[in-house]
Amino acid sequence: MIKQDIKQYKNVWVFIEHNDGKIERVSLELLSKGAELAKDLNCEVCAFTVGDKVEHFAKEVGEYGAKKFYIIENSVLKEYRTEPWRNAIVYLIDKYKPEVALIGATTLGRDLAGTVATKLSAGLTADTTALDIDPSNKNLLMTRPTFGGNLMATIFCPDNRPQMSTVRPGVFKAVKNQTTPEVIKDKYDITEDQVVKKIIEKVQTGEEKVNLSFYEVIVSGGKGMGKKENLKLLEDLANVLSGTWAVSRKVVQAGWAPQSRQVGQTGQTVHPKIYIAAGISGAVQHVAGMKSSDIIIAINTDPQAPIFEVATYGIVGDCLQILPKMAEMFKQKLVK
Amino acid sequence: MHSLVFIKQVPDAAQVRVDYETGTLIREGVPAIINPFDTHAIEAAVQIKDKFGGSVSVLCMGPPMADEALKKALAMGADNVFLLSDRVFAGSDTLATSYALWAGAQKVIQEIGPVDIFWAGKQAIDGDTAQTGPGIATRLDVPLVTYAVEVKEVDPSAKKIKIVRLLEGGTETIEVPMPCMITTEETLNHIRFAPLSYLIKAAKTPVVLLNSSNTTIDASQCGLKNSPTKVKKAFTPPKRERGEMIEGSLDEIISAVYEKIEPMLKQLGRV
Ligand SMILES: Cc1cc2nc3c(=O)[nH]c(=O)nc-3n(C[C@H](O)[C@H](O)[C@H](O)COP(=O)(O)OP(=O)(O)OC[C@H]3O[C@@H](n4cnc5c(N)ncnc54)[C@H](O)[C@@H]3O)c2cc1C
Ligand SMILES: Cc1cc2nc3c(=O)[nH]c(=O)nc-3n(C[C@H](O)[C@H](O)[C@H](O)COP(=O)(O)OP(=O)(O)OC[C@H]3O[C@@H](n4cnc5c(N)ncnc54)[C@H](O)[C@@H]3O)c2cc1C
Repeated sequence: MIKQDIKQYKNVWVFIEHNDGKIERVSLELLSKGAELAKDLNCEVCAFTVGDKVEHFAKEVGEYGAKKFYIIENSVLKEYRTEPWRNAIVYLIDKYKPEVALIGATTLGRDLAGTVATKLSAGLTADTTALDIDPSNKNLLMTRPTFGGNLMATIFCPDNRPQMSTVRPGVFKAVKNQTTPEVIKDKYDITEDQVVKKIIEKVQTGEEKVNLSFYEVIVSGGKGMGKKENLKLLEDLANVLSGTWAVSRKVVQAGWAPQSRQVGQTGQTVHPKIYIAAGISGAVQHVAGMKSSDIIIAINTDPQAPIFEVATYGIVGDCLQILPKMAEMFKQKLVK
Repeated sequence: MHSLVFIKQVPDAAQVRVDYETGTLIREGVPAIINPFDTHAIEAAVQIKDKFGGSVSVLCMGPPMADEALKKALAMGADNVFLLSDRVFAGSDTLATSYALWAGAQKVIQEIGPVDIFWAGKQAIDGDTAQTGPGIATRLDVPLVTYAVEVKEVDPSAKKIKIVRLLEGGTETIEVPMPCMITTEETLNHIRFAPLSYLIKAAKTPVVLLNSSNTTIDASQCGLKNSPTKVKKAFTPPKRERGEMIEGSLDEIISAVYEKIEPMLKQLGRV
């Protein structure tokens, strides 16, 4: 392992992920958390990103407390492609030497972080859900779920810098904390003919191949939904809560929904803040995929249904009645 | 077309139980399986071989018992299988793991020939980091395509491949030159039943053992000591207790539920 002079490294850096000219929420969440860490470390929280035109993000990252904003602008970096973005970011980190670098654990973030860390020979902790500073030695303590949420591990990185982590969206709160960041514009020379990867087409489906784990609210239905047409009730409530809908395996087997919506052992593992299970019995294979949700609300006509064993709140009743009523009443309360 | 698939042997996570007394995982009696995502990587490589000819090599790093995973890979249609097994790898984090697998891949290339497509699962169901594939690609200096859901077009003569990969709320089609590294989603393909000929071949094909003495692996880049990340502690999350039953009229129930979740909705910025 390469020995580093870790004292050269200073400040907490947060990667600003952006898509179509918009900053991903997780980046703002990390700026807020980064500001707390910077206070404990007696240093500054800084934002960094690369892209075609990114300087205008300075205003928004300033609203969330970034003291400095390190950027590289180049038209080749317009759309995310692993290798050119990696090279530009590795250049920035090598040059300015932050002690901590945080990246959202999104599809893009997880694609990027592993390759950046490898180039830097840095330690990288995946999919963190808690970040703290060890008071005795100022190391970053990164806590993450493994084994599908069955085991938590606290990881640290004593001898290498930056201490890198991808952090799960929705874990920390984005809090406004107005500053005017100093923008540090750097240059990275690259031309399109040096990039071997080409994007042929982008399709916004949002539908068929959905990644359920990205949602903070999931409204899930089981065989108790009765028939395919009733799944619309899941979607309606999910829309009210700005979440998405999912199903049990029996629903997939009945042909009511695609497999990409299935939660469980042979479906997707999800950890949303709120999971509503409607007409789902709560078989172990289903529960394996959702039991680490923060709040579980179960709706089932059978008071003995095993789903109530893991539910935070249980409702004995007909989901076909309760779901539309919930959508209607919640809608009045929620201002979008 | 020569594919090299990286597979990990993992405990069947769905059967792992937690011992709340000791705060550890109960792994006794839990079967070891090929990481489910990796089976789709093997399947994809075999399908390409079936269509365009060539061969499929598989490399697994793990303890001696991991040769079972490699035997299964043979039964799925792999041609050459390698087990990278050595005490010096114990406790490796993903940076060290990707180094060892990169070094192992060099040996496979030396023995079998240049590789067109490197494959890995999108993530392992035990460590769950999704970092090993990107790490190996970086060390190999080949383009990386993660979260593959469809192999759209393979052009062996132009040495190009088109892959559809998952984005948040959509997909994108990427074209890269080969060699490249692809990491796979479960929806990439359906695992076919192995034809008898594969099973017969599997029984006759040996697992090639690789270790620090028959490869050029630099032990000072492997193992716990040379991994930048360290596990400070591991603990089980608190057990889920049976919660509260909400009763009353329909309106009362829904108002009560709303009040319960309102703080969370505020935290999420929904209110
Ligand atoms: C190897 C293996 C892997 C599996 N993987 C998965 C997986 O990934 N995901 C998964 O979900 N399952 C999985 N299963 C299947 C699992 O064992 C269950 O069969 C399945 O989860 C049951 O689905 P369900 O709860 O929708 O249906 P059921 O078990 O049929 O339950 C329906 C429930 O709806 C209730 N109900 C009926 N009408 C109403 C109403 N009007 N209002 C409210 N409640 C009502 C009933 O009381 C009942 O509890 C797997 C099984 C195996 C063997
Ligand atoms: C509780 C715990 C937490 C950990 N957290 C971290 C962490 O945050 N950061 C970190 O760097 N390390 C961490 N590790 C170490 C990490 O699990 C190991 O380095 C492991 O060997 C690879 O990581 P993974 O299981 O996450 O695989 P992933 O990176 O998720 O695997 C992706 C793919 O890489 C291939 N692959 C992975 N391992 C092998 C193998 N042995 N042989 C062949 N192919 C393989 C497979 O194709 C697999 O589908 C942790 C370990 C434990 C026990």
